[in-house]
Amino acid sequence: MSGRAAPAVRVEGLTKCFGDFVAVDHVTFDVRPGEIFGFLGPNGAGKTTTIKMLTGLLPPSEGSGSVAGLDIETEADRIKRQIGYMSQLFSLYADLTVEENVRFFSGLYGVDRARRLERRDWVLEMAGLTEHRRRLTGELPLGWKQRLALGCAVIHEPPTLFLDEPTSGVDPISRRRFWDLIYQLAEAGTTTFVSTHYMEEAEYCHRLALMNRGALIALDTPAALRDGLRVPMLEIETNDAPRAVAALGDAPGVRDAAMFGRRIHVTVDDSITARPVIASALEGHGLEVGDMTDITPSLEDVFVALVRRAGGAPDE
Amino acid sequence: MLSRRRLWAMARKEVIQLRRDTRSLALAFVLPVLLVVLFGYAITWDVDDIATAVVDQDQSSRSRDLIDAFRSSGYFTVTRSLERPGDIEPLLDRSAIRLALVIPPDFSAAILAGRPAELQAIVDGSDANTASIILGYTQAVALSYSSALRLEGRVRALPATAESRVWYNEELSSRNMIVPGLVAVIMMIIAAMLTSLTIAREWERGTMEQLAATPVHRFEVVIGKLLPYLAIGLIDVVVVTIIGVLLFGVPFRGNALLLMILATAFLIGALGLGMFISAVAKSQVLATQLAMIATFLPAFLLSGFMFAIAVMPAPLQAVTYLVPARYFLVVTRGIFLKGVGVEVLRVQGLLMIAFAIVGLALATRVFQKRIL
Repeated sequence: MSGRAAPAVRVEGLTKCFGDFVAVDHVTFDVRPGEIFGFLGPNGAGKTTTIKMLTGLLPPSEGSGSVAGLDIETEADRIKRQIGYMSQLFSLYADLTVEENVRFFSGLYGVDRARRLERRDWVLEMAGLTEHRRRLTGELPLGWKQRLALGCAVIHEPPTLFLDEPTSGVDPISRRRFWDLIYQLAEAGTTTFVSTHYMEEAEYCHRLALMNRGALIALDTPAALRDGLRVPMLEIETNDAPRAVAALGDAPGVRDAAMFGRRIHVTVDDSITARPVIASALEGHGLEVGDMTDITPSLEDVFVALVRRAGGAPDE
Repeated sequence: MLSRRRLWAMARKEVIQLRRDTRSLALAFVLPVLLVVLFGYAITWDVDDIATAVVDQDQSSRSRDLIDAFRSSGYFTVTRSLERPGDIEPLLDRSAIRLALVIPPDFSAAILAGRPAELQAIVDGSDANTASIILGYTQAVALSYSSALRLEGRVRALPATAESRVWYNEELSSRNMIVPGLVAVIMMIIAAMLTSLTIAREWERGTMEQLAATPVHRFEVVIGKLLPYLAIGLIDVVVVTIIGVLLFGVPFRGNALLLMILATAFLIGALGLGMFISAVAKSQVLATQLAMIATFLPAFLLSGFMFAIAVMPAPLQAVTYLVPARYFLVVTRGIFLKGVGVEVLRVQGLLMIAFAIVGLALATRVFQKRIL
């Protein structure tokens, strides 16, 4: 296995074009061994395309990359033995039982005959499906299916794991439980590359890469990302958030305003002097002004601000 | 590079899925039986029970003998006796009869005088094939009637006749031709239909992506998926053959093992073709339709099953070389009816092995371009 220093995943200038459309645009980053590496970004940012290139499912148009020291272009077949992959959509066999799915993937990954039963029991146990081993996979709730899919992806104990939005559409409790499993795997040394659009999940990652329109716009630990946006921010209650954001568009001392549920988050030059300016701007537009509070930007604020700065999300 | 374990995992998974998929199972086992029974009974080129009207203007014992000869031949049913030839037309129009015999008033007089006696036969020619068969039978009955007269010494000379003898299918029963042909046609359809679903289903359900991310080689996927269907196809060949022999009394004169070996080559090709279609179509509905078009019509019309290839126009004859059922048809008919062995079927055998290789290569190649 590669030493501490060698990155588990290394990407340099990785690019993927579909015709004129640049889905991934010269992305460069490293993933350290044993790390939980989060991949964050709006839909269409290029997260899935990047993962597909790293797992050998798509050839890159430009640039290079390696997984476990193997080149993604020339050694894709060998990479597939070294990784586990869970795609965005549930993709186990619904007409196979839990156990049959586990056995199938254990066969495809060439798990040793001697270890097969042990691995199977471990996966069933980990996914909490030992009692449901004979049920058809299609009948299981989505959260269970995802745990089984994770189990099938790690049946061969891969050093690197790629999870593409593994918890989308899953209820919060199942999501929490799923992340417990990811931690468990990470503690055992598995490098985990996970894409998500849930902010609270992003907080669980050791490091985060933010993608927008195919480009990498930020890469750091969640705490560092928040600190990087250490500018004063006010949370303001109002009766019409969209109009309030519009009203603050050219108010002096206001850098940025964004909706946050029914409130708005306003980035300002100085929190003290900005308050009266904001109040009069909103009242001037006939809007009610409720509480104004100084807040520390959340990861979501950072995310929104960075995406804005990078030119907005694709669907905006 | 091929791994037996991965191959086995693939085949095993496919068997489990098949076992739970009643629709495919029914398609695999019930459809061939249904087709052979249905077609075995329905398609027949034999003509008998020909509804016949007679206008006997002679009304003599000789003319009645002639009518009896037609009756007792087994091919004709004399349903009406008409007064005048003019009554024939409306009956033919309504398809109430297919043949009318007119015995002229001087029929027995001519025989007695040793002159050629004329018998007029009017046939419904709207189905040319049937009409020529009816005319053939009519001539045959007339001929045997005149031979009987010659024995009596009434007629001195008969026109020279050619005596024909039929080999392989002595009764000239069309069923003996159809049933072995059906084995080939049905296998082509079933094989391509069965596999046409299998890869498209993986695309539709998203499992293909998961498969593609594992170390499984595309050739392992193709072979692993093919094996269970090959077993089903071979069982079908046995079942259809048994039905042909037991239910339809078709002779089986050749070597059963040779049939199975050649059937294996043929099935691999057809299954590979189905998988190729499946991988290209990526949707089960489209794949099934494509498989039907690519196999059913060619196997039925261009294999020599329905129409003899020798009488097709040259360009169409050239096309038939691309229809694999053509080769298997020669094999089944040869083994069933003639009992021929490898020495005769060598060319067909080699061509079917080539077809198997092409089928597998197509199925494997098309995978390469998509993800795997």
